Order: sequence, then C-alpha cells, then structure tokens
Amino acid sequence: MSHYFDIILRAIFLENLPLSFFLGMCTFMAISKQVKTATGLGAAVLVIMVITVPINNLILNHLLKPGGLAWAGQPDLDLTFLGLLTYIAVIAGVVQILEMVLDRFLPALYNSLGIFLPLLTVNCAIFGGSLFMVERDYSFGESVAYGFGAGGGFFLAVVCLAGIRERLEYANPPAGLRGLGLTFITTGLIAIAFMGLAGMDI
Amino acid sequence: MAETRAELFLRPIFKRNPIALLVLGICSSLAVTGQMSTAFVMSVCVTLVVAFSSLIISIVRFQIPSSVRIGIQITVIATLVILVDQILKAYSFELSKKLSIYVGLIITNCIVMGRAEGYAMSNPPIASFIDGIGNGLGYGFILMAVAFVRELLGAGTLFGFEVLPLVSQGGWYVRNGLLVLPASAFFLIALLIWLLRSIDPEQQEKS
Repeated sequence: MSHYFDIILRAIFLENLPLSFFLGMCTFMAISKQVKTATGLGAAVLVIMVITVPINNLILNHLLKPGGLAWAGQPDLDLTFLGLLTYIAVIAGVVQILEMVLDRFLPALYNSLGIFLPLLTVNCAIFGGSLFMVERDYSFGESVAYGFGAGGGFFLAVVCLAGIRERLEYANPPAGLRGLGLTFITTGLIAIAFMGLAGMDI
Repeated sequence: MAETRAELFLRPIFKRNPIALLVLGICSSLAVTGQMSTAFVMSVCVTLVVAFSSLIISIVRFQIPSSVRIGIQITVIATLVILVDQILKAYSFELSKKLSIYVGLIITNCIVMGRAEGYAMSNPPIASFIDGIGNGLGYGFILMAVAFVRELLGAGTLFGFEVLPLVSQGGWYVRNGLLVLPASAFFLIALLIWLLRSIDPEQQEKS
C-alpha cells in the first residue's frame, strides 16, 4: 500500500508535471488568471488523467508490447512504434466521450468545464503522463496511482498560481515584465517551494 | 502575398517569436535546456516536424473537411514525430534516452498545431514550409539561449566541453546549483521575455 502512496506523493510534489517537467505549460499559463477557471481546468485534467493513464497502460501491455498480442495468437508482434499515435488517439477519444457523458448527465458540471475539455486533447501534461507511465513500466495498479498523483499535482499547481496571479493584478511591475514575464517568475518560485519536499522518503 | 519570403522566414524568429510572444510550445521546451546538446537536437527535431507538417497539411488543405481537420493534423504530426523518434533511436540512442519523452511530446507542442491550424491551412505549400522553418528556428533560438546560460553557469561546460574549470577539479569556478534545477529555466525565460519586450515595446501587455 505504501508503495502506491509513494507514487502518488512523488507525482504530486517531486515530479510535479508543470513545475519540474514543464508539461502542460501552455494551458497552465493561459488559464491561471482566475482561481475559478483554474479549479475547473485542474479538475478536468485530474479526471482525464485518472482515466487515460490506466487505459493506455492496458493498451500497452495487451496490444502493443512484444508478446502482448499472445492472446490473439501473435506472440512475436512488436507494435510499440505505434505507441505515440495510439496514446494521443485514446486521449482524444476519452476527452470526446467525457464531454458527451457530462453533457448528458451532469449539465451543470459540463457548463463549467465544457470549454476546457476540447483543449485538453493537446495538453502536454496529459500526454506526458501516459509517456512517463510507458517509460517507467508501471503495472496497472501503479498507473492508476500515477494518473491520480500527476493529475492532482497539476490541479494543486494551477490553483496556487491562479491565487497568486489574482493578487498580482494590483502590483505594478516594469512594463516589459507585465503579464507573461511576471507569471514565469511566480511559477519559478512555486517550483522552488515544491522542491522543498525533495528528499522525503516514505 | 504582401510579404516576401525573407520576411516570412525572419519574422517568427524575433518579431513574433512563438515562445516569447505567443506563449506557445513552452511545454516541452524548457526541460531539455539543461544542456546545449539536448537543446540543439530538440530544436532540430521541432524545426523538421513543424516545417514538414506545415508543408504536408498545406498541400492537402483543400481535401480536408473542416469538421475533422484537428484529427487529420494530429495524425500527420504524429506520423512525422514517430519518424523522427525512430531515426533518433536508430542513429543516436544515447541522445534519444536523454531526451526521453520530450521527442514524443512534440506531437502536443502547441507551435506545431498552431502553425498547422493558423498558417498552413490557408496558405500555399512553399510559404507554409518557410513559415514552419522560421517558427522552428524561433523556438530553437530561445531554447539555445536558455541552455547556454544554464549549462555554462550550472556546470561550467558548453556542449559537454569544459569552458569554466570547476573548483572541484582544481579550477576557479564555483558552479551555480540553482541553474541545474528546473525552476531556473522559468526565471531565465522571464528575463528573456523582459529583454525582448523592452527592445520592442509593441509586444508589451496592456495593464
């Protein structure tokens, strides 16, 4: 059990996708102007990662890996080169399905998340989560934990940044630094704060 | 077409830099800036993918129905990225290990999608190709600038060759550990944006 807990904590703090791997930066910067929208987007990322990382894990282990297709009588087939294309297709598909399901059953949530959902297909954080899962060779259980941790880390970081940016509206920085530049510096400071948890072992 | 080829090529490098002005494609860019060699390879990969995806998409732009265009663009881009990835793995396995997942992440790099959607869909092939190369180089320019500072001051080397002899090896330079951390890339980009926007005040954001 503590092994899964370790994966989750590492993914949230030490290996935070936007702060230490710079993944999902485009969305991260664009959407963190207000806490409310940031919360919505963060939640959407969390949900999609919890779903797509395990699905991609199943696809990798049972379709793409050498020996993965043994159940279909093709034990020698190695389809890992199709990985990138498959993962992105899965993510696009899940986003689309989630959009339709929310629209049908939870219209209130759909209205608050709706505009962000299509954007998330090309979010590097979500795609990166699946790629890290592949690189680190997680099992199915580990991939669920990792999806949760990585999504949670994104959520936490984007809400933090949005909270600070709301306050920064009242600051008066040099003209060239206004907006984007200041946001980058703030993100760097948050990243250092998250690094403070490095070296913690469970 | 009002602008010349040269303008088309140079504009995205300085005036309309995809990273500094449009905030596109920073996702994958910063993580590979710890060393000049990885930043260089990454820039080359991205330039190739942007240029050829723009060219291909521009050639077939009249055949693409607009309702499924995003899917088609992603398929074209993903195919090119798989090619680049396989070539890297075959000819320089060490580097492809260092770049780890970031080559794959070119697929979701906003610059590639942004140029496909914003330029290649409505312009002829040759112009799109040049625009793609220009944007790739604009991206590479920022990447190399950040990597230069990070590798020089963080490890005392450039492209792996020793430039500033470290104290630990009997030299005089005490390396700056902060620049090895990912957080430093954020500060460097912020300074770079500040510099670019001070030179060209048109790019400043309204308060």
